[in-house]
Amino acid sequence: MLKVEEQTPVQLSSELLAKFDEVKSRYPEGKEKSALLPLLHLVQAEFLWVPTSAMDQVAAYLNIQPIEVYEVATFYTMYFLKPQGKYALEVCRTGPCCLVGAEKILDHLEAKLGVKEGEVTADGLFSFRGVECLAACGFGPVLQISPEYTFYENLTTDSVDQLIEDLKNK
Amino acid sequence: MSRKLLLEHINVPGINTLEVYRQKGGYRAVEKALKTLTPEEIVEEVKKSGLRGRGGAGFPTGMKWSFLAKPEGVARYLVCNADESEPGTFKDRYLMTHIPHALIEGMIVSSFALGAKVSYIYVRGEMMPQIRILEKAIAEAKAAGWLGKNILGTGYDLELYVQPGGGAYICGEETALLESLEGKRGNPRIKPPFPAIAGLYGCPTVVNNVESIAAVVPIINDGGDEYAKIGIGRSTGTKLISASGNLVKPGVYEIELGLPVEEFIYSDEYCGGIANGKRLKATVAGGSSVPVLPANLTLKYANGEPRLMSYESLSEGGFATGTMMGSGGFIAFDEDQCMVRNTWNFSRFYHHESCGQCSPCREGTGWMEKVLHKIEHGHGTMSDVDLLWDIQRKIEGNTICPLGDAAAWPVASAIRHFRDEFEWHIKEPVKSQSQNYGIANYAVPIEKAPVTEDK
Repeated sequence: MLKVEEQTPVQLSSELLAKFDEVKSRYPEGKEKSALLPLLHLVQAEFLWVPTSAMDQVAAYLNIQPIEVYEVATFYTMYFLKPQGKYALEVCRTGPCCLVGAEKILDHLEAKLGVKEGEVTADGLFSFRGVECLAACGFGPVLQISPEYTFYENLTTDSVDQLIEDLKNK
Repeated sequence: MSRKLLLEHINVPGINTLEVYRQKGGYRAVEKALKTLTPEEIVEEVKKSGLRGRGGAGFPTGMKWSFLAKPEGVARYLVCNADESEPGTFKDRYLMTHIPHALIEGMIVSSFALGAKVSYIYVRGEMMPQIRILEKAIAEAKAAGWLGKNILGTGYDLELYVQPGGGAYICGEETALLESLEGKRGNPRIKPPFPAIAGLYGCPTVVNNVESIAAVVPIINDGGDEYAKIGIGRSTGTKLISASGNLVKPGVYEIELGLPVEEFIYSDEYCGGIANGKRLKATVAGGSSVPVLPANLTLKYANGEPRLMSYESLSEGGFATGTMMGSGGFIAFDEDQCMVRNTWNFSRFYHHESCGQCSPCREGTGWMEKVLHKIEHGHGTMSDVDLLWDIQRKIEGNTICPLGDAAAWPVASAIRHFRDEFEWHIKEPVKSQSQNYGIANYAVPIEKAPVTEDK
């Protein structure tokens, strides 16, 4: 088992497995491994991160070795390998967004939430990190919130404050 | 007003629905292609159009299609590359958000031309809202008989699926994309064999960018010859340009290729000039991978002739004084921006996104990032600039995929055109922490710029 975080094993629900079946049907027979990335997204939408025990069950479901799931989950940046806040804020920190103030937004989030990049606030509501280009350069600075990946564009420190308040009251 | 082929109806309310898209003439290309043209005739029209790949490489789309192997009894695939991740580029996201059916219509026509029975749109994972939009549009099209079994009674079957990525720039490289679509890490493959011979699941495959596939629709509607009349020289048709950075009106613009760069930046029809009344210092014309140019070389060639938005004109002068069209990600820097900081930022991006397969890229990108970080934060030495030049030269051309080149070019061009700014950071370690180098000679018209003697 991939040791990334102390964790209690999770169990994939039958509803989730039904969604797995639908995804698996998109690929030719014998090529079901193609479902791996979408399945990991489904797992993350359910648990807000990707626990190792879930990866093992995905491996069993696709009839592949657990390492084939681990190597994919650790390669791609979207899969969280440890628990995040209920709202995981991801701010673009690549060139074009920095031209219009993305670095200020990151600094502001750190001060506002009182945690460092990658940490979760004490109430479990928020975590944040800088990510690379989100393909919204003309509307920067931008951030996205998983697992829905809703976009917030043309950010200012005021609009970030408002967003945090709105999420707290949700 | 210039001609619009892709974004003509972008402001029509409800254009994201099948109903309104149909009212505006949508899916005519599918009817025409499936009922009156053979697959070979469609490929021929696309060849005649002169359409060049809109993802960055600029390879003629029709020619790419004609390379597709067609062995008996083997499935063929069309995969749409919607893994838009090149910093400065956001046109595909825009198109998929507002007119998803344009992509779906193009996918049906293109799949028919290539003989694909199953096609995939590989969308970068972060674009979950766009994935939901596409899936809804596909369901609409399928319910109306544009997808599925026996489309329009012609006997042609097509299933279209959306595949989410996992957040990796490298998957925009076509063989890495295919690896990812097969459920693996996005490590690019060694070519040959090219995907046209052995692509998805080892079968013949064509991978095309979103905008290229959407452009097939007007090509089929009006004919390849009509499309080729738009544009200039070998840069035919229209192109979506993503404009970002310090502009009055950043956003996505459809231009006729051949538009003067100066008009694109300063005219009110497009970007409306530099924001806050400032002056232009530099541009990256085609996404972060292409060489950065100072303002004077952006607007004019070294010989003083105006530079145009076309594949040939942007690369006029080679890497010495030119750049590339790339994916059309146009980033403008105003006089307050720091070229060292931006180059460091881009290097960090390539280091972060290197898949780690080839040593020159895996080690070199991280090394460049560290050296640039050092210079930016006031700890650089003069030999660091030469070291950077040396590292980038040893990455370029020595990797399996073009990510190595893409990481090398921004560093090389920044040193080529802005070396004095790098040296100022080193000579003035304290001052450079609190103020910027400014615009220097970068905006002085070329004919007046002081000539630097070669050593």
